[in-house]
Amino acid sequence: MITELGHFALILAFVVAILQSTVPLIGAQRGWAGWMAVAMPAAAAQFWLIALAFAALTHAFVTSDFSLEVVWANSHTDKPMLYKLSGVWGNHEGSMLLWVLILALFGASAAWFGGQLPPRLKARVLAVQGMIGVAFLAFILFTSNPFARLPLAPFNGKDLNPLLQDPGLAFHPPFLYLGYVGLSMAFSFAVAALIEGRVDAAWARWVRPWTLAAWVFLTIGIALGSWWAYYELGWGGFWFWDPVENASFMPWLLAAALLHSAIVVEKREALKSWTILLAILAFGFSLIGTFLVRSGVITSVHAFANDPERGVFILMILCVFLGGSLTLFAARAGAMQAKGVFGMVSRESALVLNNILLAVSAFVVFIGTIWPLVAEMAWDRKLSVGAPFFNQAFTPFMIGLALVLPVGAILPWKRGQIGRTLRPLRGALVLALAAGCLAYAMGTGRSAIGPVGAALGTWLIAGAAADLWQRTGQKGRARWSRLTRLPRADWGKAVAHAGLGVTFVGISLLTAGQVEDIRVAQVGAPFDVGGYEIALDRVEAVQGPNYRSTRATLSIRRGGREVAVLHPEKRIYPVQAMPTTEADIDNGLFRDLYLVIGDEQEGGGWAVRTYVKPFANWIWAGAAIMALGGALSLSDRRYRVAAGARRATAVPAGAAPAE
Amino acid sequence: MRVLALLSLLLCLLAPAAIAVQPDEVLADPALESRARAISQLLRCPVCQSENIDESNATVARDLRLLVRERLLAGDSDAEVVDYVTDRYGEYVLFRPPARGSNLILWLTGPAMLLVGLGVGWIFLRGRRGAEPPLAALDADEERRIAELLKE
Repeated sequence: MITELGHFALILAFVVAILQSTVPLIGAQRGWAGWMAVAMPAAAAQFWLIALAFAALTHAFVTSDFSLEVVWANSHTDKPMLYKLSGVWGNHEGSMLLWVLILALFGASAAWFGGQLPPRLKARVLAVQGMIGVAFLAFILFTSNPFARLPLAPFNGKDLNPLLQDPGLAFHPPFLYLGYVGLSMAFSFAVAALIEGRVDAAWARWVRPWTLAAWVFLTIGIALGSWWAYYELGWGGFWFWDPVENASFMPWLLAAALLHSAIVVEKREALKSWTILLAILAFGFSLIGTFLVRSGVITSVHAFANDPERGVFILMILCVFLGGSLTLFAARAGAMQAKGVFGMVSRESALVLNNILLAVSAFVVFIGTIWPLVAEMAWDRKLSVGAPFFNQAFTPFMIGLALVLPVGAILPWKRGQIGRTLRPLRGALVLALAAGCLAYAMGTGRSAIGPVGAALGTWLIAGAAADLWQRTGQKGRARWSRLTRLPRADWGKAVAHAGLGVTFVGISLLTAGQVEDIRVAQVGAPFDVGGYEIALDRVEAVQGPNYRSTRATLSIRRGGREVAVLHPEKRIYPVQAMPTTEADIDNGLFRDLYLVIGDEQEGGGWAVRTYVKPFANWIWAGAAIMALGGALSLSDRRYRVAAGARRATAVPAGAAPAE
Repeated sequence: MRVLALLSLLLCLLAPAAIAVQPDEVLADPALESRARAISQLLRCPVCQSENIDESNATVARDLRLLVRERLLAGDSDAEVVDYVTDRYGEYVLFRPPARGSNLILWLTGPAMLLVGLGVGWIFLRGRRGAEPPLAALDADEERRIAELLKE
């Protein structure tokens, strides 16, 4: 019964979304306030109806209702409650439902908190958001219904893929979707602006918080996924350039570009049509990612639902939205008049360079991802493009970005002088060179990436500090109090840039300085790895809630002092007949000790893999700092108080009241 | 095609719970072993989904790892080992397509787009500068008017 209610609510949401996407649009065109006002209740109703459907599906998972096909295929009565819940979105149908739920949440938020928006723009934004809702609700209802029943309810389910039964991964998809779908707001604003034929500072000020929020969520989602891969897959890799990872990385890069170009529109009224194009592309790449993951055109470790029919449907959605918006762009972009005037050496130019580097690097990832597809279609060749290509083709862009970032970040608007700008950065430059030399001296000279990455990372961190410092002026005493009174957006900018630096340091030093040891270890016979003495104490069999485990106990000493006792495991999940390795890690600020237990050997002893991973945690700490920077910027006063520069042009009296 | 994909996934997942490189595979000579590891990063496990042979648990990946080490012991150079494996398993196992033939498009698109982007950016920025109204120094006449205005 609850299931059928959920299904019914979903169908109702579809109908509401159709209303939301048509009535306000006509209203906005004709200037009918009543028709425009339909958008707000419709957006709220759509959200609550989808929430109801989502609650119904969650109920089915929690109560293990195996008469539902998705529950049967992805759950099991023995599964811990957390994973019964995360199982709701651990499959194609449920994850699509989460996708539209978040889409509707963003639409409803725009309706609830968009009081400052002129009614006409608001109606158009919500209508475009409604159109995306219509497309994806149709996709769910017609090709991937989560509420499909089985004729005979089986006694128990097939369980969730054990690799996905992990707290890090439980929350990875919701954050990613918040990011992907959050970009739909930027898209809706862009299309609405194209229909209006007008982009100004106020528009950019409204778009930026949504983009910033989406970017923060994407950052967290990607970092969670990478962290999960690090500790779960058993060899401590953190990024594989897998098509699905790339699908989330491309929108991240474009969202980062969009964030920066929207600043230029907001402050200087230039780069308008480019910003609109970026907003369209950022969401377009989210859709392309959805298509890649769910169509099966590119096989990948975590692609689900390899179904051609669904692929064609998503391809159609992609073509309609991307094609439609780009056509509109071609027709209306000429109407965007740039106003700002600035010199060749200026903050504006630096942000243009930032946009070129980010957009082209996103495109490099894109071409590498689809190249196997192109080669197969055009020349019937089966080839692969993997990490070695991306490392080589993508990294130069990031090096370029890191080199110019601290300089660009403190260049004055309109016109500046390189010499004067570099003066506050002298300290940062010295620190960066010192860090590079230190990394070179400590390293074994195996690769250049360690020193280069350490120097660039330090350059970014120290450059961000210098940015804040030079904003406080010349006086000695007053500096500290001025520092605390700087706008949050300034803090957010410096923190996010420093976070990027922290990630740079982590990636480069981990890549350059990892120590690995693979051996057969005997119980009670200690061995040395990278200055640590490691002893295999015992190996025992342990029974888990829905798995059997072989658990080892290893103690690690350094200089006679015990550093850690670790318990790596090897698990078998009988329902899916799937083995997993659970590495155990001693986390540290400057190094992780990473232990993996392998098979028992015929001649006695166990295969043991030991890694010393320098600065590993800096990778995700940097991502967390970047997200924090974004959140700080998002909390800046200027987004909360009157952003209503265009309010004077509001519609005639009797229009929808601002909420 | 789908059956093949599914089958390959099963092969990867159902392989014994061995984690990638096994102790018995490791070569005694550390220099040779580190070359073997570097080569393994470039080769794709033919039955897996975007995993290199160094990371894969599949049996065929183990065979390939052993083959790479065998060739290295036989005195092949790194390039010769890669060619040897590619000759037998096809270019599908190469994770980094060589930059020749049609693959040049793959390699050159990024740099070409960067150049185009920089060029367009340059023209745009020049245009912005040109749009600037000339800020000439004040002439004597204007100086006098300012002086008069300030006096008032």
